[in-house]
Amino acid sequence: MSETIRSIVSAVRSGARSAVDVTREHLGRIEAREPEIHAFNLVLDDAALERAGEIDATVAAGGDAGPLAGVPIALKDNMCTRGVPTTCSSRILEGWRPPYDATVVERLAAAGAVIIGKTNLDEFAMGSSTENSAFGPTKNPLDPSRVPGGSSGGSAAAVAAGFAAASLGSDTGGSIRQPAALCGVVGVKPTYGAVSRLGLVAFASSLDQIGPFTNDVADAALLLETIAGHDPADSTSIPEPFPALMPSLDRGVVGLRVGRIADLPAGADPDVQNRVDAAFEALAKAGAEIVDVTIPAFTYGLTAYYLIAPAEASSNLARYDGVRFGLRVPAADTNAMYAATRSAGFGAEVRRRIMLGTYALSAGYYDAYYGKALKVRRLMSDDFAAAYSQVDVLLTPASPSVAFPFGTKTADPLAMYLCDTYTIPSNLTGHPAMSVPFGTGADGLPVGVQVLAPALGEPTMFAVAAELERAAGGAR
Amino acid sequence: MSAERWMYEGYEMVVGLEVHVELATATKLFSGSPNRFGDEPNTNIDPVTLGLPGALPVLNRHAVELAMRIGLALGCTVQSCTFARKNYFYPDMPKAYQISQYDRPLNADGVLELPDGSSVGIERAHLEEDTGKSSHLGGSGRIHGSEGSLIDFNRAGVPLVEIVSRPDITSPDQARLYASELRAILVAVGASDARMEEGSMRVDANVSIRLPGDPLGTRCEIKNVNSVRSLGRAIDYEARRQVAMIEAGESVRQETRHWDEGDGRTHTLRTKEDADDYRYFPEPDLVLVAPDAAWIDAVRAALPPLPSVRRRILADATGQEPDAESVMTVVERGQDGYVLAVAEVGGSAERALVHVKEAFAEAGNSPALPAASLAALTRMETEGRLTATQAKTVLAEMVEAGAGDPEAIAASHGFEAMDSSELESMVAAAIAADPEAWAKFCAGEGKAMGALVGHVMKASRGQADGKAVTAMLNARRDS
Repeated sequence: MSETIRSIVSAVRSGARSAVDVTREHLGRIEAREPEIHAFNLVLDDAALERAGEIDATVAAGGDAGPLAGVPIALKDNMCTRGVPTTCSSRILEGWRPPYDATVVERLAAAGAVIIGKTNLDEFAMGSSTENSAFGPTKNPLDPSRVPGGSSGGSAAAVAAGFAAASLGSDTGGSIRQPAALCGVVGVKPTYGAVSRLGLVAFASSLDQIGPFTNDVADAALLLETIAGHDPADSTSIPEPFPALMPSLDRGVVGLRVGRIADLPAGADPDVQNRVDAAFEALAKAGAEIVDVTIPAFTYGLTAYYLIAPAEASSNLARYDGVRFGLRVPAADTNAMYAATRSAGFGAEVRRRIMLGTYALSAGYYDAYYGKALKVRRLMSDDFAAAYSQVDVLLTPASPSVAFPFGTKTADPLAMYLCDTYTIPSNLTGHPAMSVPFGTGADGLPVGVQVLAPALGEPTMFAVAAELERAAGGAR
Repeated sequence: MSAERWMYEGYEMVVGLEVHVELATATKLFSGSPNRFGDEPNTNIDPVTLGLPGALPVLNRHAVELAMRIGLALGCTVQSCTFARKNYFYPDMPKAYQISQYDRPLNADGVLELPDGSSVGIERAHLEEDTGKSSHLGGSGRIHGSEGSLIDFNRAGVPLVEIVSRPDITSPDQARLYASELRAILVAVGASDARMEEGSMRVDANVSIRLPGDPLGTRCEIKNVNSVRSLGRAIDYEARRQVAMIEAGESVRQETRHWDEGDGRTHTLRTKEDADDYRYFPEPDLVLVAPDAAWIDAVRAALPPLPSVRRRILADATGQEPDAESVMTVVERGQDGYVLAVAEVGGSAERALVHVKEAFAEAGNSPALPAASLAALTRMETEGRLTATQAKTVLAEMVEAGAGDPEAIAASHGFEAMDSSELESMVAAAIAADPEAWAKFCAGEGKAMGALVGHVMKASRGQADGKAVTAMLNARRDS
């Protein structure tokens, strides 16, 4: 079930297996288990088989079918796909078909990937369990009574269930790393600007970043190398070439300094903390030096995030007004139409964040809320910069707990927000971070360890992640 | 041309102008769609223009450059700048926010020198995107009471520069001079065609009144002013309205008012209480724009001579004042270079100025007539071989044909050179023919001169130079 991208690509390119067969196998697993899991908003079975057929034809003709030849990949349903519904799991976008592909979709297509479907998410990527989807939650394939995490829960579940060999998610405050941890797969949030955001439906533009979910670290490196790189159509895209990652995988950790954050906010469950401690031990044993550092601003990350992200969201989501696309609820006049459309189209969590953000930016409150949050963001960058003068990477839990049962946090938004305690700072600083499965915790459920690195420190981050994977006994 | 001071019931006015100008770029500020006026509705659109989910803005470098030209022409400091979102809901605003500049504009702190010698401070000149255009069906053409609304997004995303003056303007005349001079600069530097009637230049006025020496009063913002002339009328009306309110013991409410060209009044559009809170914050989809010294210097070096400089050069060449109407008009039309070219090839700049102002009104920036042809014509005038009236007739034919030899055209009309002895004998003949008129003229009855000149004109079949005849009559009387 946990077949790597690399094995599929080498089999398809050599002609040992057809891309059509690979796609059929994945569609078969979807058919068997998707009704229970609900990882997808849309399965693109016909289009996927057609695309797989093209890949096979290219191989048969002796052509180059690409570095991801025949690999079935699922996309979080907040990435635009030309002519294919893109919903953000929201009623307000139901039926909308983008007239263009996201840059990542173009790059996947150019690399020979087969897009197998659009995955479920918390509405507009706001949430940590996919329970905020307007189309119903996704179940965790490892224990369907539990959440897969979120907001990219569908993408994490699709890989964990073998519905896709890999998937893309988006991470604004932990939305790739937390579900990766809860579903026991690898999830990477790259450096801000490493992957183009063109065609990613914005939640909080200064924090959003697209990244991969895969079965192992090497697959994540391969997929990230494919989608990263400058895009002139995204002004925040990094102009320099993205560093190669594959060469780092066998580097080991000898001579690397791995930081332990002494003043990390408490809150991780003991079973999770045990695995993180074990990860430090494993790295020390493999030759890394463990160094204690402090990051005083870390503890303010969550508060700053819940001002900055809703503030940007309140503006980004203002365009859903019923005038040009998506849902429109008719009413007596324009303002009433806006209100009726937005009340019917947005779920409770999205409405809550729009109100929070609008308030934080309002005249008279800006300095106390949004303005102060920006200052915390700067402090956070300063504190991380100081830490990275002493260490190469940092290690924390990815999620405070293993996958939790449905409904346990939905009544208390603050409890849900705490899921992102350890992941949010990397979004505020724009630094890369990834979650690597490292054994199991309570109830035999997977625990993810988070590796954090400075901007464009992905090569070192992947070297450490690969070492952890080896220490944990290889890929799932 | 000097601006008259405005006072009413002892009050003075304080006016600041906000001018929005559409930049003459090929494409929009943040996307590749054409920036073109008058196309079929909703043809110059794309995902960015429509604010579709996932679309991202990419800044148009040429728009930045044109905005820098404006800033440099106004003596502003060009600085590194950021974009911000101005949030409000309106159907023709696709993203429900406008990308503008807020706390760090591209251009800051300039000054506009007016032809009358006064100057108006420029607070800032920043880049922003235009909105779409709504048209409302039925009713008054306004949104209230209409049966439905149509939106054209062709204009959405068109680059604008908003030029904000300091509240240095003290009269309707000065406001008009400011708008005209600014317009001339915008056209001269190639930043915009700046047509108020087409909306490519839009002027809003912030008007308040006060007793001299008092602190600033409460201001009202006047919108929908569609010509330089209306600007003066609207400001004058609004200031008088405010004076009347204060004098009646009321107070002025801060509000946005709509100028109605028809009834010549301003009307409340919205009060401060229902004004939007724009919730400005840094635009996260764009990065810092930091024009380096080399770029700024290159833009500055490429700036053409500004209208004020061109007026001074033309005035010097033609013996006029820089704010003389003919000088102002010809520079505004961009025909000053032609006048100087006429002088360059041996013509009379003074006569060329008169002809260009009068005969070339419709001819645009580059009259089709070669400068040498007009030079030849002005030479015939200054040599006394053609009267002003004859020259006009000849010129009309030359302009019509786009060429021509003035000597030949004059000859074809029988405009023969008339030397002064010939004219003297005609004058003598006129006196002999009408001794009564001559006696009255000598007795100081100025009107009698007309009869005498008439005789000469008749005898010369209209070819005599009226001025010369008058001079000869005066000389004979005084001798």
